[in-house]
Amino acid sequence: MTTLSTVRYTPRIGRATREAYGDALLELGRTNRDVVAIDADLAKSTFSWTFGKHFPERFFNIGIQEANMVGIASGLASSGKIPFISSFAAFALCKGFDQLRMGAAYPHLNVKVAGSHGGISIGEDGVSQQSVEDVALACALPGFIVCIPADEVSMNAAVHAAAAHRGPVYLRLGRPKAAIVHEAPLDFAFGRAITVRDGDALTIVANGLLVAQALIAADQLADRGINARVLDMHTVKPIDIDALERASRDTGAFVVAEEHLHHGGLGSVVAAALARTTPAPIEFVDLGDRYAESGKPEDLLRKYGMSADAIIKAADAVLRRR
Amino acid sequence: MAATASPSVERLQTIARTLRTHALRAIAAANSGHPGGSLSAAEIVTALYFGGVLKHDPANPEWPDRDRFILSKGHGVPILYAALGERGYFPVDEIMTLRQVNSRMQGHPVQGMTPGVEASTGSLGQGLSIGIGHAIAGRLDGKHFRTYVLLGDGECQEGQVWEAAMCAGNYELDTLCAIVDYNRYQLDGAVEDIQSLEPMREKFAAFKWNVLETDGHDVQAVLEALHAAHEHRGRPTCIIAHTVKGKGVSFMEHNNEFHGKAPTREQLDVALAQLNGGQESGVGAQGGSG
Repeated sequence: MTTLSTVRYTPRIGRATREAYGDALLELGRTNRDVVAIDADLAKSTFSWTFGKHFPERFFNIGIQEANMVGIASGLASSGKIPFISSFAAFALCKGFDQLRMGAAYPHLNVKVAGSHGGISIGEDGVSQQSVEDVALACALPGFIVCIPADEVSMNAAVHAAAAHRGPVYLRLGRPKAAIVHEAPLDFAFGRAITVRDGDALTIVANGLLVAQALIAADQLADRGINARVLDMHTVKPIDIDALERASRDTGAFVVAEEHLHHGGLGSVVAAALARTTPAPIEFVDLGDRYAESGKPEDLLRKYGMSADAIIKAADAVLRRR
Repeated sequence: MAATASPSVERLQTIARTLRTHALRAIAAANSGHPGGSLSAAEIVTALYFGGVLKHDPANPEWPDRDRFILSKGHGVPILYAALGERGYFPVDEIMTLRQVNSRMQGHPVQGMTPGVEASTGSLGQGLSIGIGHAIAGRLDGKHFRTYVLLGDGECQEGQVWEAAMCAGNYELDTLCAIVDYNRYQLDGAVEDIQSLEPMREKFAAFKWNVLETDGHDVQAVLEALHAAHEHRGRPTCIIAHTVKGKGVSFMEHNNEFHGKAPTREQLDVALAQLNGGQESGVGAQGGSG
């Protein structure tokens, strides 16, 4: 057992990942003249405005035109720019999906999509603004990297990695302030899970806000003598199959936790990956097959079963099956 | 490669017939494709590729300073393949592999697969937005290339076209030129009966575009409109090109049966006889010099 598992996790609230996105975009803009940002009238919510106010000539708030925004990004990328387009995740993916299919995925263009207000933790605005399908939709686009960073540290790394990667990338950003789970500088690469806690009894695979919840759950399980490994699976596609196979051999049981519908998200991808080589029992912590409602983010995550408590229940259930 | 002087109108008319011939032969060989909307766009595509309008270099399709041509009405791609093949982007015979497995001549345009194809289209409504992206990139880089987008009339029922029209007008993208192949038919029937676009001129004008109308089969008139678009400053230009679906083949003209149906072998023979008097013809090096 490494020292990772002996350190108790003390939640420390950091910036929202959307805020970290804006800051990282600004850093990029200072060093890379080809970076262009477009927003569809949510620039102050997605924090693309952090970039926009410094680089007005490379920032386009095109109004409430998500489909047009994606098409413009396709043209910009085709002419050598690195467009970062942002909106709420629900709108960028759902309203721009065909344009992402034809204009980014099929020609494999250098388009970066930032979907903010991912999951149900956007809270009070309710279901129309919550994004619970975006990961499934983005994973359905061939060649896309799909990444859901957990905190400000990994979001910063992910934005820089997105700019360095040649091809389409989807980043999910969150609205609420996010507990910090990583330390800078972070050794980050798309497709490579980060072991944030080691353990041998089971593996909790999580991303986004659920990574912090997984760490809280793991500490409580440790109090009962159950040592859980926690993987920050920030990249859903391509999935880190090596980390999963290792975890399957080492721990033999999984809980997958994400802020998304059951179908087509991290759980589906992990299950499909494990089934081929190292099948093991899995329990899933997610929204299921339904929509949520308005409410405070923490109330919603508790009510809809995406919390440390839900992860502990799932851990107990999966250990009974092993 | 810079644009050079335009060949004669007669020469361009001959080229348009040749492009029609290539498109129909390929569609017949595939027994699949869209003759009507390929034929209606023949003079527009001829003017762009052979009339000295597009600055481009078939030997260097990614030349950063090239003018862009985006076929937003992707189903008309046989006429584009014909033009690209005749201009030397690929061997002209390759057009005959249209829609076959392992061919670069896909049923709708595919960026990155076929040299000279600038955008993956066929899901209607997207090309004008992509054109805006190119135009903005050119503006940011201080380049002077122009971007042409060919839209179908039925395609203009798509909401995204008007998102893009609003955006391009407000951004005063005068390096952007939309051409509407107004052939009056869409898959299920007459545009006017299904979802009228009228008043089309006023619509684009209201979105702050410079609007021109022309006979889309008068290659001289099409060239004049394209030159006028080139000269216009401060607004993007929309050329409404009035065309005839199936133009050039008597039994295809105004006959929407040939929107998306290949001619039979016998129909092809009649069509080729009408187009070329039964003579095979190629554009050859002469046409390629334009």
